[in-house]
Amino acid sequence: MYRYDATDKQILSERVTQFRDQTKRFLAGELSDNEFLPLRLQNGLYIQRLAPMLRVAVPYGLYNSTQMRQLAHIARHYDKGYAHVSTRQNFQFNWPHLEDVPDILADLAQVDMHAIQTSGNCVRNITTDQYAGVAADEIEDPRPWCELLRQWSTFHPEFALLPRKFKIAVCATRDDRAAFQFHDIGVELKHDSSGQTQFDIYAGGGLGRTPVIAQLIRADLPWQHLLTYIEAILRVYNMHGNRENKFKARIKILVRALGVEAFREKVEKEWDYLRGGENTLDSAAVDYVKRHFVAPDYEQLDDSSANRELASQRMESPEFGRWLDKNIHAHRQPGYAVVNLALKPTGISPGDISDSQMDQVADLADEYSFGEMRNTHNQNIVFADVKKSDLYALWQALTGLRLATPNLGYLSDPICCPGGDYCALANAKSIPIAEAIQRKFDDIDYLYDLGPIDLNISGCMNACGHHHVGQIGILGVDKKGQEFYQVSLGGNMGREAAIAKILGPSFAQDEIPAVIEKILDTFVELREAEEHFLDTYKRVGIDPFKERVYAKAG
Amino acid sequence: MPKLVKDETIVEDSWTLVDADADYPADAISAGDQLILPLALWQPQREVLLGKANVSVWLGSKQAPALLFGNALDDDSESVEFDINQLPLIAIDFPVFSDGRGYSYARQLRERYAFKGELRAIGDVLRDQMYFYKRCGFNSFAVRSDRDAEVAVAGLRDFSLSYQAARDEATAVIKSRHA
Repeated sequence: MYRYDATDKQILSERVTQFRDQTKRFLAGELSDNEFLPLRLQNGLYIQRLAPMLRVAVPYGLYNSTQMRQLAHIARHYDKGYAHVSTRQNFQFNWPHLEDVPDILADLAQVDMHAIQTSGNCVRNITTDQYAGVAADEIEDPRPWCELLRQWSTFHPEFALLPRKFKIAVCATRDDRAAFQFHDIGVELKHDSSGQTQFDIYAGGGLGRTPVIAQLIRADLPWQHLLTYIEAILRVYNMHGNRENKFKARIKILVRALGVEAFREKVEKEWDYLRGGENTLDSAAVDYVKRHFVAPDYEQLDDSSANRELASQRMESPEFGRWLDKNIHAHRQPGYAVVNLALKPTGISPGDISDSQMDQVADLADEYSFGEMRNTHNQNIVFADVKKSDLYALWQALTGLRLATPNLGYLSDPICCPGGDYCALANAKSIPIAEAIQRKFDDIDYLYDLGPIDLNISGCMNACGHHHVGQIGILGVDKKGQEFYQVSLGGNMGREAAIAKILGPSFAQDEIPAVIEKILDTFVELREAEEHFLDTYKRVGIDPFKERVYAKAG
Repeated sequence: MPKLVKDETIVEDSWTLVDADADYPADAISAGDQLILPLALWQPQREVLLGKANVSVWLGSKQAPALLFGNALDDDSESVEFDINQLPLIAIDFPVFSDGRGYSYARQLRERYAFKGELRAIGDVLRDQMYFYKRCGFNSFAVRSDRDAEVAVAGLRDFSLSYQAARDEATAVIKSRHA
């Protein structure tokens, strides 16, 4: 992974000093609430329902065991003993005190971590595939490009105060695991016929109040121009984006208002001036970063003998077999596998992890996966480089930590925002909805029969739980002071990006498990052979589901 | 005279900022005045005013530099009908510090239009944005009058290194660290 050099460390240490001074001036009354607001937001600090929330940046989700132990220390020392994995691959702390935040940031800086631009109207954490660097279907490792984008966007002076937040994702695989079409800018990495890296640049996607799939702005952009082209897009957005109404301020609204042709024309015009400028990349700059992302020291292993061993372990323990089937992803290196740690055991808020779990996960990463981990946008954790011969021992250890629920991608593995239990923006709670569904559908064999189903739950329109792209999406809404839930079907966060359709009028909280049951029953009845939920939905449409769910009793 | 931060030091400001809605005909400007006129006042009298070393113009946050040339805000026409360097000073207003449009205007003026004169940030100009202003090409800062200009000057030096190139002297770390 990327290792900070003296330059990175100096910038980060100056940031810690800067924010300590800003906090001091705020507490001394020299900065107003309004003046401090964007400063603290750009350090990931929200004032929430019960306490501030601090969002720590995990660039493209990747971090090491030393960093994990420091995060565990922060959870223990400044918080209530746990942290939360967010849908932007970051970590969040729910209970820090404002006056402690400068110290927390200093602790983070010791391990080259920070909370820079994890909130506020600026370029946020760059995200990508959680299997980057090990995925079999990868064209090229996207992480060096993500790191270059991270550096370029860090304290970019022109884009420090945009009309609204700005999210960039990079995809380098046929199967899209970065949901890049739902980002303000989606970057798709490709190779031209001579093997040179180039990018397709999409803009204007996003979730939130108005979900939109991004549109192609520029195809086949040579890699040298990645930063200047994105700079041109951001300049057009910064100058022309809506600043009057925060609900119309995202770039998707601007692209739609201008039309994609006119938007592209403006970007290209601006790029005429930026093209070839100082932010143009050269191979020295790219190679410097790429050197940090070389493959770890893999052993040369015999894949088939490893597989034979797994087969016999599977015979001995069907539970291990289920975990192998569900939570393991193929690795490109013979004899290795990608392991997903499941952070969704029933009864725990989705994505939460305790300080002692974090410490032990760090130890396991050291023992089994070259000391590195990734957070996923599905709010789980990945060990990317595990020897197949270690899987059984790792599974046993993870089972002891309650991190081995074999449900990855199934109904009981929802994406779920913190919701009304924590978040000041939420209209409704989301965690109890996730738990009620997990409790009702606790028969793992039934869930396997259903096949993979993305269940995404958001407590409000801001869509942190990505409900628009869930195959089943649930959105908390406020109806005359009561918490209600709107259900939608048919979203797709993958390559065939689709926005879910609303089923109909919303439901009370206690009705939701029964509603989900009716949806699943309808699916089971209409399903052909082993068809997946989304395929059945695409074939039959929303009406049969609607009829069943809203049928009058008796 | 009010204080001004110029090129990292505090100086007396000899210019007078004319309000957006003021009426100030060109023939009322005397040689002893040093005026920063709102765009709406300056634009119609441009032919007369250009070349006067004591008259300059300020742009509002919804007034992109293209408007200096009489083009509409959303017109990206390249026709530059006059030498922008005849202007001694251009000011850009930040009605609230959190409106970041002026950052892009500044870079456009410096890079696209090659403006070399004094580029001044006016309005809600505060210590914690000074570093960003400077990096976008501003070289003078009319710090909000209720704030200490000395404190604001320190903001120009919040960071000693920058990852990316912008419009100041700083070398982009992305490009330089391996050179």
